[in-house]
Parts: sequence; structure tokens; C-alpha cells
Amino acid sequence: MKSSICLRHMAVNQKGVIRIVGGHGETGRRIRDMGLVPGVEIQVVGRAPLNDPVALRLRDFTLTLRNNEADYIFVEIDDEK
Amino acid sequence: MKSNKPKIRIALTGNPNSGKTTLFNALTGSRQHVGNYPGITVEKKEGFVESPEHVLHFVDLPGTYSLTAYSQEELVARNYIIIEKPDLVVDVVNAASLERNLYLALQILELGAPLILALNMMDEVRKKGITLNTSLLEQRMGCRVVETVARQGKGKQELIETIISLKSRKDELKAPVEISYGPDLDPVLNEMVAVIKESGFMTETYPARWIALKYLESDEEIISEGRRKSRDISKKLEGAAEEVAEHCLKTLKTYPEAIIADYRYGFISSLLKDVVTRDQQRQRIEMSDHVDRFLTHRMFGPLFMIFVLYMVYNLTFFVGDIPLSLIEDFFGWMGDMVRGVMPDGLLQSLLASGIIDGVGAVLSFVPLLMIIFFCIAFLEDSGYMARVAYMLDRVFSYFGLHGCSIMPFIVSGGIAGGCAVPGIMAARTLRSPREKLATILTAPFMTCGAKLPVFLLLAAIFFPANQALALFMITILAWASALLVSKFLRSTIIRGPATPFVMELPPYRMPTLRGLLIHTWERTWQYIKKAGTIILAISIIIWAAMTFPQLPEERLEYYDSQAAILNDDLRSLNGDAGFHEKMAEILSDQERIEFSLAEDQLAYSYAGRVGTFLEPLSSWAGFDWRINISLVGGFAAKEVIISTLGTAYSLGAVEEDDTSSLAERIKQDPDWDAKRAISLIIFVLLYAPCFVAVVAIARESGSWKWAGFAMVFNTVFAFGFSTAVYQTLNFFI
Repeated sequence: MKSSICLRHMAVNQKGVIRIVGGHGETGRRIRDMGLVPGVEIQVVGRAPLNDPVALRLRDFTLTLRNNEADYIFVEIDDEK
Repeated sequence: MKSNKPKIRIALTGNPNSGKTTLFNALTGSRQHVGNYPGITVEKKEGFVESPEHVLHFVDLPGTYSLTAYSQEELVARNYIIIEKPDLVVDVVNAASLERNLYLALQILELGAPLILALNMMDEVRKKGITLNTSLLEQRMGCRVVETVARQGKGKQELIETIISLKSRKDELKAPVEISYGPDLDPVLNEMVAVIKESGFMTETYPARWIALKYLESDEEIISEGRRKSRDISKKLEGAAEEVAEHCLKTLKTYPEAIIADYRYGFISSLLKDVVTRDQQRQRIEMSDHVDRFLTHRMFGPLFMIFVLYMVYNLTFFVGDIPLSLIEDFFGWMGDMVRGVMPDGLLQSLLASGIIDGVGAVLSFVPLLMIIFFCIAFLEDSGYMARVAYMLDRVFSYFGLHGCSIMPFIVSGGIAGGCAVPGIMAARTLRSPREKLATILTAPFMTCGAKLPVFLLLAAIFFPANQALALFMITILAWASALLVSKFLRSTIIRGPATPFVMELPPYRMPTLRGLLIHTWERTWQYIKKAGTIILAISIIIWAAMTFPQLPEERLEYYDSQAAILNDDLRSLNGDAGFHEKMAEILSDQERIEFSLAEDQLAYSYAGRVGTFLEPLSSWAGFDWRINISLVGGFAAKEVIISTLGTAYSLGAVEEDDTSSLAERIKQDPDWDAKRAISLIIFVLLYAPCFVAVVAIARESGSWKWAGFAMVFNTVFAFGFSTAVYQTLNFFI
């Protein structure tokens, strides 16, 4: 089974494929500039000491974003994992 | 450059952390020039390379991920490419993450700029087990590709040769790259391009399709320029863009700008097919990820960070203290020498107290700045600064600041004893304009080393049993003020949404010593050159304010006559019994007259008059004219508060490391009590930054308006706070 959840709710080490990237204006722009677009595979690699921001691993690099920015991103995950 | 050889202008662009600046340093070495783009604080770096037949003029554009108009850096990079039209653009890409890096390259090609790709960090690529087919990439991108390892200077020569060869065959440069944006956008793009081409709308500056794209992306910069050129055509284009945006939202639940980004990445993916081959066996977890398990760990991460920040602080102020005191001693000695050699008078005073002290003040900051710039460059280049921002962002973003604000705060005196000047300059790591401004404006509230002697003096007199506690409370008050005022500023005059945090966590890398040294030197030199001259000028103005007008003749004559009497007494002394006692008495009388002359002169000066004039107002906070004068003097440097207070109490200039005479005087003075001490401590902590810090604020915020604001706002805030506390204490005690 596959299902889609918001990036904010992903656990550390969970993997998935980005399906939807909402948001426009500066925030949406920055998210897309960094390569967060539909079809990209990501893994949550860590969260800051206060749970926010979140660190993501894309294929070739690591980036961080705040939870309120992660809200724009929906990720398809395998339910079994 | 004085050279008759033909000049080639090359712009260097690239993502942050792509090694662009390292390549720039490798290419140009020490032949660099750093300045600012007019009106903004983005650094402009230029450098030269001379080949047998050409002079290559490199401009290091700010590192960006994209060419939108959202940040100063991006605008600078974009406008440079479009308006200055460099002969060539070299895009430095991190070959280890080609996909994301080519996003910028593609936008440069869409602008129609002549591009060379520098595939940097090829050593890391090989280590990762990735093979790149460079010639295939060259063919698909339609531009030259050069492999480099900037840290080792590899590929540098090839890049220079490629630049020269392309320059001499200019006709080969191609038209702007046009990629398809899919069935939803392509038709409308074509319509818009037709309108633009037909009317020649801004086509003298930009490619037509690019203009249409920017309208679809609702790029404010281009749209407002378009409106100025022609309202009608701009309206037509805006209408078309709006229509398609509505359509996209309805049918696809997305925005045109999102579709554009998707298609760009899609285009890049197809470009890279067969170009990048990964050795699956070597897909291992990288060293950086291992290190991060520890360095950004929930518990160890913050602990290690505190340790690092503490070490930076110690290095700056304890190691920096050695050259600092050498410089201070040297200028102290110069001043004494001038006072000894030259006859007393205005010229001597101007030279010794105005100019020599002023130059000394400028240069005494240099060792601190060099160390802090070095440390910051190290933390940035190694990748650790990004982790600090990551770990602290939650806390600081609450106050409208950024995780990187920690460094300026700590250096300014977040650990008591810092200095706001290097602190403000440390705010350069912040790339979010509003957060940076709030940091710069609130960092001076911290307990800098120059405010400490005042606190120590007052705490020792009025809270002898709780000195450590008092100092701790002062530090807490400083932090609380900085954070709360910044929250206040960010919700009033620097209001605006938080700048998005989306940020790369670059892999840990060992910085190159050469890069660190170049960085340190150029920032320090900028301080000496730009801030130094202004600081010297203001220091002379302050000297004048505390020296002029001179006492009227009759007052001076009175002191002269008193001194003459004592001189006669001294001369008439003979070897009688009690000779030593009499001698001592006369000498102390002499000193007293000298000191009261100094006090009289100070009170008579402009600074003194301001102090007296303000007494009715300042008495609300419990300050008399003597304190007022010393606070005016404190604007020159907070160290001056104590020595001026000494002069105002006829004690001569009190040294900050020996305040016993002043402490004695204050203890016996019935006007002084704990209420006044607390009020004064609060005021000194929070009022206008010293003028060197004010100059630093002006430099780093890019505007004297904010420097003026810091002076006025901080003083009003400090006075309000002190008055409230003083009056409350008065009421209850």
C-alpha cells in the first residue's frame, strides 16, 4: 500500500517520493529552487533538537527546512515500512 | 589595470558551497579587489589574470541557487549578467550534485548568456564512484564544459585557455536556449512572445521568451520595469499570465511557477541521462552523515555547539588581547611622547587626544576583527555554521531572528566581555535581510568589555556581597533586551514574513588556509579603509566637543595665578625641618588645581553644557550633570565613561584598571545610592552604541538611517527603562 502524508509528519529515517509541492511566492520558489519537486526521492535524516527544522537527504545532497515550509510538501510513502 | 592587451570580462556564478570562491581565489590569487555594489551590502569581488595576449577580468558574483528577484544576491547576479553583459559567464557547479546545480546553469542559458560550465569538485565525484560523461554533457548543453578541482588548482589552466579560445571565436555564441514548458504553458508562452516581439517590448535588454516566463512567474522586478516601459503591453501580458494561472489552479491545482520548475528539472533529468553513471556498490553513507549523527545529535549537538562558540569567543578575546594591548601600549606611548615633546596647548591636545587616540581606536579593533573573521570563515567554509543555524533556528526564529544570529550576539558580549564591533560584522553570515537587520540592531545591547568596568565599579560599591550575581543578572538583562527588542522590531518597523529557511547542509570539508587568509584579510582591510576614516573623523569631533569652547581668559588666569603661587612656594622651600611634608602638601595642591582646572574645562565644553542642559530631564533617572557628561563621553567609547566621571569629580582622568579613587568618592557622596547605581547600570547597558559600533551598523546595514535609528532608539529605550526602574525603586524604598 502506498499513501501520501505531509512532510511535517514524517519520522526520522523514513523515505518517500515527493508528489505535491504547494506554495507560491518566495517560499514556494525557494523550495523548488533547491530541487524539491514532484518525483524526487527523499529521506528524513534528522530533526533539530527542538524538532524543527527538519533535515532531508536528496540523492546528492542534504538540506534543511522549517516545519511550516514542510507543510507545503506531500510525500508518497510505503505503508509497510 | 594598466595594460594595452584586450580585456575579457568574465562573471563567475554558482550555487553557494560549489567552490566558486575557491576557484576565484585559485584563478586570481592576491590580485583581487573587494567593494560593495552601490547602495547594498552585497560584496563585489573582482580579480585579474594576465595571459600572454589577454587580460582576464573576473567578477565573483554572489552564490545563488536561482536567478529570481527575491534576494539582493540573486538580483545582483541576474542584473550583472543582463545589464553589464560580461563577455563570458563561468558557472561553477558542484559536480557531485549536478542536477540541482544545473538549475542555475539552465536559467543562464535561457537568458542567452555565453556560458562555460566548470565542473568543480571532480575529486569528490570520483570518490563517490560517480562517472561523468563530460563530452556528452557538453553536446547536450551546447556549451563548453571544463573539469576542475578548485582546492588543488586543477583545471585552472584549461579554464583560462577555454575562455580565451571562446573569446576569439565570438560568433559561435548561441541564441537563448528555449525549452518546452508543456501543453498548459507553451501555447500561452508563444502568444506572449508574439506580443512582445511585435512591439519590441524590452527586447533590447532581455530575450522575448524570458520576459514571458518572468511574467508567468510573476517576477515583480520585471513586471514593474515593464509597466514603466509600456502600461498597455504590460497589462496585456499580466492578463494572459493571470488567466493561465487561474486555469492551472482550477484544473491542476498548481501554479505556473511550479510547472516551470517541474519542467526545468525534467529537462535537466533528460540532459543527464547517460551522463551520470553511478557505481552502485560504492553508494555508501557519506562521512558527513556519520559526523552529523554526533554533531547535530539532540543532546551532544547543542553541547558541542556551546563548546565551539565558547572557544571562538576565547580565541577572539584572550588571544586577541595580546596584540590588542601591544597596539594600545604603542599608541599610549606615542601620545605620551607627543605630550612630552610638544608644548602644552590646543595643537598638542588635538594631536595626542584627537588624532593619535583616534587612530589607536581604529587599529585596536584590528586584531579582534582578524581573529573573528578567521573563525567565522572557518566555520562557514567547513560547513559547521549551517549546522549551528539548523540547531538554533527554532529558538531564534521565534524572536524574528535566524539561527546564525547566535554568533553576532555571543561576540558582541553575550558572554560578558565581548565587543559589538566584531559582533556586528559577524552578522555577515546572515543572508536573510530582515533577520540580519534585527540582529545588527540588537547585538549592541550585549555586555561588551568596555561596559564591564562601569558595572564592576558600581557592583563593588553597592552590592559588595553579590557582585557575581549582579553581573549575571546584567548579562541576563542584556539577552532579554536583545531578544525582546528584536521581536518588537520584527513586528513593527522591520515587519515581514520570516525569510524561508530552506538551506543546504553542505558536506563537511576542510577549509583551505589560503581561502581563510584571503577572506580574513580582505574583510579586515575593508574595515580599516572604509570604517577607519570615518572613525578617525568622529573621534576628532568628539575631542573638539570635549575641549571647546576654551575657558574664558579670567578663569585661566585664576588657575595660572594659583599655580604660580604654588610654584613660588615650591621654590622658596629650603632644607628646614618638615621639608618633605611641605613639599608633599604643595605637590598635592598642585594636583588639585590641575584637576579642578580639568573639571572646570570639561563642564565649560560643549559636551559639559549638554550634560548640564539635560540635568532636569536626566534627574528622572537619577543622573546629575557629572554622570551626563560621562555618558556623552561614553559615546566615543564606553571605556571613557569612567575616566570622564573621574575628571568631572576633579579626580583627574581615572584609569579603568584602577578605579579606587573614584570608588572612594562615590561611596562618600550622599547623592549616590543603590537606586541610582541600578538605574545607571541599566542605562549604560542599553543606550546608544559607541560610535565605532554605529559606524559598523551603518556599514553592515548599508544605510546611515539605521545607524541613526540605533542611536536614538536605544537611548530612548534605555532612558525609559532606567527612569521606570528608578522611579519604581524610589516609590518603594
